[in-house]
This record gives sequence, C-alpha cells and structure tokens, in this order.
Amino acid sequence: MNEAPRQGSSARPGAGERLFGRAVPRLEDTPLLTGRGRFVDDVQLPGLLAVAFVRSPFAHARIRAVDCTDARAMPGVAAILTADDLSPLLTSDVVAGAMPSAAIRHEVYRPVLARDEVAYAGEAVALVVAATRHEAEDAAEAVAVEYEPLFAVADGPSALEPGAPAVHMRLPDNLLATFDFHYGEVDAAFAAAAHVVRADFDLHRGGGHSMEGRGVVAAPDPVEDRLRVWSSTQTPHALKAALCTMLGRGDDDISVSVPDLGGGFGPKLVTYPEEIAVTAVAAHLGRPLKWIEDRQEHFLVSTQERDQHWRMEMALEADGRIAGIRGALTYDIGAYTARGLNVPYASGMMLTLPYNVPSYRLDIAVALTNKAPATPVRGAGQPQATFVMERLLDLAAAELGLDRAEIRDRNLVRAEQMPCRKPLKLRGGTDVVLDSGDYPATQRAALAQAGWAGFAARKAAAREEGRSIGLGLANYVEGTGRGPYETVTVRVTRQGRVRVSTGATAMGQGLQTAMMQIVADHLGADPANIDIHLGDTAEPYGFGGFNSRQTVVAGASADAAARAVRHKVLSVAAHKLGVEAHALDIAGDLVVETGGGNRSLTLAEVAVAAQGIAGFRLPGIDTPGLQATERVVIDDMAYANGCAVAEVEVDRATGGVRVTRLAFAHDCGVMVNPAMVEGQLMGGIALGLGNALFERMAYDEAGQPLTTTYADYLLVTSAEMPEVAVSHTESPTHLNALGVKGVGESGVIPMAAAIASAIDDALDDLGVRVLRAPVSPQEVRAAIRAAEGGAR
Amino acid sequence: MKAPPFTLHRPATVDEAAGLLAALADEGALVLAGGQSLVPMMALRLAYPPDLIDINGIAGLDRIELSGDHLAIGALARHHDFRRSVVPGPFGALLARISHEIAHYPIRTRGTFCGSLAHADPASEWCLTAATLGAEMVLRSQAGERAVPVADWFEGAMATVREPEELLVEVRLSRPAEGSAWGFYEFNRRAGDFAIGAALAGYRLEGGAMRDVHVGIGAIEEVPRRLGEVEAALEGQPPGPEAFRTAARIAAGAVEPLEDFATPADYRRDLAVTAIERALAEAALAQPGQRGMAA
Repeated sequence: MNEAPRQGSSARPGAGERLFGRAVPRLEDTPLLTGRGRFVDDVQLPGLLAVAFVRSPFAHARIRAVDCTDARAMPGVAAILTADDLSPLLTSDVVAGAMPSAAIRHEVYRPVLARDEVAYAGEAVALVVAATRHEAEDAAEAVAVEYEPLFAVADGPSALEPGAPAVHMRLPDNLLATFDFHYGEVDAAFAAAAHVVRADFDLHRGGGHSMEGRGVVAAPDPVEDRLRVWSSTQTPHALKAALCTMLGRGDDDISVSVPDLGGGFGPKLVTYPEEIAVTAVAAHLGRPLKWIEDRQEHFLVSTQERDQHWRMEMALEADGRIAGIRGALTYDIGAYTARGLNVPYASGMMLTLPYNVPSYRLDIAVALTNKAPATPVRGAGQPQATFVMERLLDLAAAELGLDRAEIRDRNLVRAEQMPCRKPLKLRGGTDVVLDSGDYPATQRAALAQAGWAGFAARKAAAREEGRSIGLGLANYVEGTGRGPYETVTVRVTRQGRVRVSTGATAMGQGLQTAMMQIVADHLGADPANIDIHLGDTAEPYGFGGFNSRQTVVAGASADAAARAVRHKVLSVAAHKLGVEAHALDIAGDLVVETGGGNRSLTLAEVAVAAQGIAGFRLPGIDTPGLQATERVVIDDMAYANGCAVAEVEVDRATGGVRVTRLAFAHDCGVMVNPAMVEGQLMGGIALGLGNALFERMAYDEAGQPLTTTYADYLLVTSAEMPEVAVSHTESPTHLNALGVKGVGESGVIPMAAAIASAIDDALDDLGVRVLRAPVSPQEVRAAIRAAEGGAR
Repeated sequence: MKAPPFTLHRPATVDEAAGLLAALADEGALVLAGGQSLVPMMALRLAYPPDLIDINGIAGLDRIELSGDHLAIGALARHHDFRRSVVPGPFGALLARISHEIAHYPIRTRGTFCGSLAHADPASEWCLTAATLGAEMVLRSQAGERAVPVADWFEGAMATVREPEELLVEVRLSRPAEGSAWGFYEFNRRAGDFAIGAALAGYRLEGGAMRDVHVGIGAIEEVPRRLGEVEAALEGQPPGPEAFRTAARIAAGAVEPLEDFATPADYRRDLAVTAIERALAEAALAQPGQRGMAA
C-alpha cells in the first residue's frame, strides 16, 4: 500500500481554497527520493525463502525429461517443482489471458510451467526454492532438462508462409487470428482517386524496462488459512482473481497489495505465470516465498510490444483531401496470448482518428512466433498507427507538392465537428466518438512554437555550412480513460483525517497527488490531512493502471465520493451547530461558518458525532459514518490530442541522427496538476525517442534474443533528450465531472512519426524515406548510400 | 543474475599473486582488478572462475609515471586517473581526452587501463591508444617477467598472448614524438556506449609536410591496429582536408570489418574512413600554436 507522507502544513488553508489544477509538489517525491519508498523486494518476513526459475535456452524444443536429483541435493534447496509437481496444486495448468475474442483461432494460453514443449527462449520449466537467491540460481543451473530442439519461427511474416515450422507442435498453423476494420466504399475511392501513395512499414517496439522489474512475495497465513500476496503489478485485482481461480480459493482468502512500483509501462498489466507458481508453491510449502525478476528475466520473459508490418496505400482527391486508406497489417504476438488482440486492435482502430477519412479497410493477421508473448507497452499500438498515418500524409504531401502541415490542415477533424462520431467501435463494442478538442489549432500551436514558417531559411543556411537539419511533424489522438470504472472510498476517520482508498494503482505517475488534489477540493484542501491508499484489493471491485485511465475513472469516483462525504460532514456539523449546511465550509481539519459566524468544529468532532451514540438518532444524516464509496461508470473514452514537431540534425557520413529541438502542443482536457502532466509528457517523449531511434529487442533467426543487456538494448538517457517546448490547451471533456482526459501515453505516440518526417526533410535532396522505426545510424547511412548510388 | 560461488583471494604482493596464479590458473582462476567486465560476466553466468585473485590490495600497482620514452602504467591505474593530465603537456591532454570517451563515470572510477588491455575488447579506447602510440605489456609470473610489444599482443577479439598464470603488471605506453599533434574520433549510438568505430591519428609538421604519421583504428576490426597504407599516403604531404580524405579512403579497401546483427561490414568500412578523416582533422586543429593536443 502507498501511504501519503504526513507533511507539515505551515498554515491551515482558507475556506474555498483549491489545490485542483495547481502544480503542487508531488506527495510521492519526498519518500521516493529519500529512500523511504517500499518496493516488493523490501518485503521481509520470517522464514522467507527465495525462488529462481529454470528457463529454456531454446526458442522451441520438446522437453524429453527433467531430472532434479542433483539439484535437490544442492546446499540450501528446499524444493524443486516441475509442471507435473505443480499441476495438482492448481485448477488449471495455463494462465487464461484476459480479453477473449471471437477472431482467435487457437487457444494458446501461457503454461504456468512448460511440461512437454517450450515455445520461446526463457520459458519457465521448473521452479526452485532455496534459502537464498544465489543458492536457488545454483540449483536451477543443476536441474538437468533434456531438450530436443525444434525449428523455431522468429518473425511474423515468415510464420505465416506456407510450410513454416509450427510454433506449437499441436497446432496446424501459426495464424492466431484475422480480423479487419472496414467502412465506406474504399475500393471505389481508390478507383476514382486523383492520387494514390503506397508504402510498406516495419515498426518495432521493445519492452517496458521499468527501473524495478517484476516481483512477487506470497505468504500463507496458517491461522486464518489465507494468502497474503505482494506483487509489482499494475493490476492487483486481475491478479487476485486469477489466483483465486487457479488456486481454488474464495474471493476473501487471498489479498493482493501493490507496494511502491518502480515503473510499469504496460508489461506489468498482465498476470504472469511466475505470480501463480510462486503463490501456489508458498501455499503448498506453508512458507513465505519471494521471487524478484532479474534484468535477464525482464529481457527474456516480460512481455514486449514487438513487430508490426504494414502494407498501406492512401487515395487522395486532387486538392489533397483523403478519399480512402486501405492495406494490411501483420502483427507478431509471440508464442502465447496474454492480453488477446488488443495491440493490433488499437493500431487499426486509432489509425484514422485525427482525420476525416471517408473510407477505410485494414486486414489484420496476427502471427504466432517463438518469442516471448507480446502485450501493450505505453502507447499500446497507437504510436505505430500514428507512424503509418503521418508518413502516408508526408508521402501524399510530396506527391501533391503540398506543405506537410497544409495537407494535414485540410484533413484534420475540426472543432465544429465535435463531438465527432467515427464509424468505428472500441473493443468492447462502444462507438468511437471524439469528444472535444481543436485539432487544427493544436497543430498551429506546435508549428508556431517550432518556427515552422521560417525553417526553410535556417535549413538552407545550415546546408551552406555542410549541416543537414530537418523538421518533421505528427498529429495524434489518444484514447484515454478506459472504463468501465474504478472504485474509490473516502472516509473521515475519528481522528479527523481524510482517508482515500482505491484499487487504482500508482506506478510513478503521481496518482496519490492527483487523488489528493481532487479530494482536497471538497474536504478541506490540506494535503497534510489526507491519506491516500492505492493498489489494494481489500476493495473487491477494481482494475488498475493502464490505458491512461486512472485520473479519469478513479478521479471521477474520488470526486463523487469526496462530494458525498462533504455533504455528510456539513449535514452533521449543521445539525450540531444549529445552522444551515450551506452556511458552512471545510478548511483544513475544521468545519467553519462562512456567513459571519466564527464557530467551528473539528473534523474529528464531526466524525465522532457521525458514528452515532447508542439509543440516539443520527445527527442530521440517514446513514452513519463519514464514508462514501463510489464507482462512477464511464463507457466512452475521452480523446486527448496533440502535435509534435521535431527538429533533427543528420550526420550524413555516419548516419547519426540527433534530435535537437522538440515542440509539443497537446490537449488532455482539464489538468489536475500541470507539472505532473508535463512529467508524463517528458517520460513519454523519452520513450518515443527510444522507439524512433534506439530501442530494438532483436532476435536471431532461431528465435534467440540478441539484446539482453543495456549495452545492446539502448534506452534513451538524459544526454539524448532534446530541449522540449510544451504548450497546453484545455478542452474539457463532457464525459466526466472533472473534464479530465488521460495523458500517460501521449508523449510516446507522435515521436517516431515526427522524427522520421524530420530525417526525410534533412535528406530531402536525396529522396530518403524513413519507413521503419526504430531507424539506426546504420540504416540511415545505408539509405544515404543507396540514394547516392553507393558512391562516397 | 547472481554470480556462481567462487573463492576470493586477496594477495598483498605481486609475488603472492603470481604464486596464486601458478597454483590456481589451470583450474580457471581469474584476476580481479577493476572488475567492470568480469563481474557482470559472472553475474550473467558467462564466466565461472572458481577463484578470483583480487589485486586491489597490492601497494604500488596504481602508479602512472613517465620513464624515459614511455609512460609506465600500473595494473591498478583507473581510467579516471587519466581525467586530468598525468604528464604535463599534450601527451597527458590526449590521454585525458580519450579517457572521457570510456563508458560512464562510475565505470571509469573502477575500470583499469591494464584491465582494458588484458580484456582486449575490439572497441576498447585504451587498446586503440596502445596500438597507435606503441606499447609494451609487462607480464609477471613465477617464471619471471617478460615484455610483449603491442604488435604481438592481440590474438583476436578478447584474446591476447597472456598465459593464464601471467599477471599484466604494467603497460609501457610510448611517448609520442616531440612536436606531434593528435586527434581522436569515436562513433557510438549514445554517449558512453561501446564504440562502433574509432580512430586515433597524429603527425608532426616539418617544413609544412606531415612526418611520423600515426593512424590507428579501433572497433572496426577484431583487433585495433595502425593502417600503414593510410600513413604512407599522408607521410610527406601537406595536411589538409583533401589529403586527409584521399588517405582516409584507402582504409575502405584495407580493413576487414567486424559484422554483427546491427552493423553490416559496409557500415564499418565507411565509418573507418569517416573516423580517420575526423581524427586527422582534429589533429590539424591541434598543431603547435593552436589550442589542443600537440606534443
């Protein structure tokens, strides 16, 4: 659980004072920056044993035998379990993935431990329990697994070729699913088009790479026959549900808590085999167990977002208006489904959103491969869709001889179209309705900030000095605030403190602070008097952190619950003071008169009164206590939007690309805390820069991972970050009372597209087109050489 | 990522270390100096030394001293020790310049010059420096001491002629010619990453012509080396962009580049040319009279 630190407040806030909308310092920062964060590895319990997993060195192999005899005799070893040993402890051998879909042709859920076959390098084959992690790893190495290597499939397109080796021995083919998006008369649009542009795109995204990896501690409570679980997860409720189901336990027999999370970024949103296995074995042994993912495991087995191959074309009218878009997407989802089809679904659904696109057809094929399962990473398919759309527009601009900003302006959804219903459905079947925003104005703001109009002169001057600079832009729309709800309970304790609890889960965004600011509006505006408890499954209904959702859905519930509690506080105080409730307000921990009187009650006095006295009527309220639980249901998504303009300098001799400046204009609705919004943008931008130029999780043709250390897998560091100019616009959404939209993924989405556009611009004399992400200096140099005819 | 079990030995003298190596090297004992490559390899279980001979407690091995025509660099001299000039003048400035290109700050405070030479990573800045300036590696074992010239040192990527029971106690790095000026260029994806290609170049001017030309490349081939063909093309010529470009292009036909999944051979061939050209350009800026690394 996260507990907000008690911060001394210098003065009690005045009545009516607001924290909402202000850049108040994050409650999280002081404890995290002074070493007082508590992460899952900080959980220490008497008799705690360490777990390590035996993992497959092969991308695909039959398991002929597992011999644990020598390993069981190693120092410190308490137990070693294979799939056969684990099976009697579980109601199912596989972790059923969330998000079923009728389009899925093969059921390929992840085994808790592999029994007969391993389908990716790193898949767990046995679990070792020992006194220390060192001893567990020593014993894991001594487990003798007899593998018969099988042919592996290492990329999506080859997985779907006739005669491709099977990813799983039992399956006839590797086509997991096909589905499509289709509206309008797309073929007719192409037949009648004045212009058609075409391109193929190779888009890759890597893993989550949170500073803290995954980890789980499971402790049986023999007195109550319950299990207490701490996990570094974004979705404690989903984990609890999976544990209850797979261990055959009741809803209230297992509790899951999320300690401070050292980042999530998507991969921690799915429930993992390790969490099931460790908890089941802890219950079986009657001993608390801890497994902490190490960095090798993070590279090998934590989910990644992986590769998308697009073959696309865009039809245009003579004036540059889009007539239609059609094409095909192949997605490599790895060896198993852990989160259904939601990444390619999001890519296909988001592609056209910022623009008026009269007709559209996208045929999607999802391929199984012998690689770790793929699930969303911050951005969740939206950066790829944006890359494809924006690059097609750049190609169209070149084809028509239009400025790249002008062709976008002619096609963007306009403010007067809002709310704008799109002929598309969310994965749950709800219509896609863009709720608010002024997309052309957002683009204009970014262009102004970047100096778009005067850039041609700067570029020409740089060219004179032998430097190649370029400017590129990309618009995005982000679907945020995925419903249906998040539960929030607000209570004023008998000590007069405001306690907020929710299963919503912090992973570094500042959710505690945002919740505090929302609740503070109604209950005294004193951060020092508000305690926020996040990521706990004591509340039975909830989801967690993903899809830029929590400030929207948990925020809406927090607002409603705090409002309800405020009503009760004022009702009780009015009763006690003999005044009307509207003549009272809450300032800090006092209820005060506003209409000239100077009497007051402390919140503690009000809370004590509100619990009632035996034999007496409740004081001015119908139900006891100063508590309210709210689950505001929001089905529609709120759509944030923005525009990024990137400036790059390309070193033609080395292919090196440096992003030198960035302008980022965006609209995420009402901002609860502008400083935290900027923090979210900067983090997203850094990841987007990585997706554009650096991060590649490479595998060889046999499915062996090649980039399993940070010397090979390149994350963006502060040295690579350019200067970023951010401009905010606030178009409130009508979908929630606060008018907020999410922003957690916004920074990522347009970056690769804008940078690719800028590289093209810097090399426009050569006609180089960047149609891949990430693009390496090696690839840029090869494109330059090809354009120069191979001559130096 | 926990290292397999090992026994740590902490000798107090070079003789004691040599004795331990004589006894244990056959079983796979390894020397621990800075540990910046070895320790991660152990954590990844790519290295399983049953014994580690930690030389960090041996007094005097951290010396860096100018001795006649060379700089004597002891086995415990850290990269960071070169951050400011260890010898007055341009030689020290050159070493300082190069030291800042090595990895990241925390690594520089632990990793050692001699460790880099012993590890022989193709991308090592110090291996390139030794190959280009000239150096001798001083090896000690119970059998005695021998010195190996850098031309005979490298056997391939991560491989040298050092025998397992020998301790690299010192590198004697040749002092550049009086009046020479030097330039260095390295290309990597991010600051602190392993170089994808690097060059070190120097010459002195005599009557407007380049003399004593040294051009070395690193990270391009398995082993860093001087490129005689390029040096010959520059020797006796007046310096200038055209001369540099013409000579650098010779490298394209002279190198046998490394390849990996991210970097095709053609890229490194190109990069060798660019790196040499840029190192020479920096050397030209550093000629005596200009600010820079002129000896």
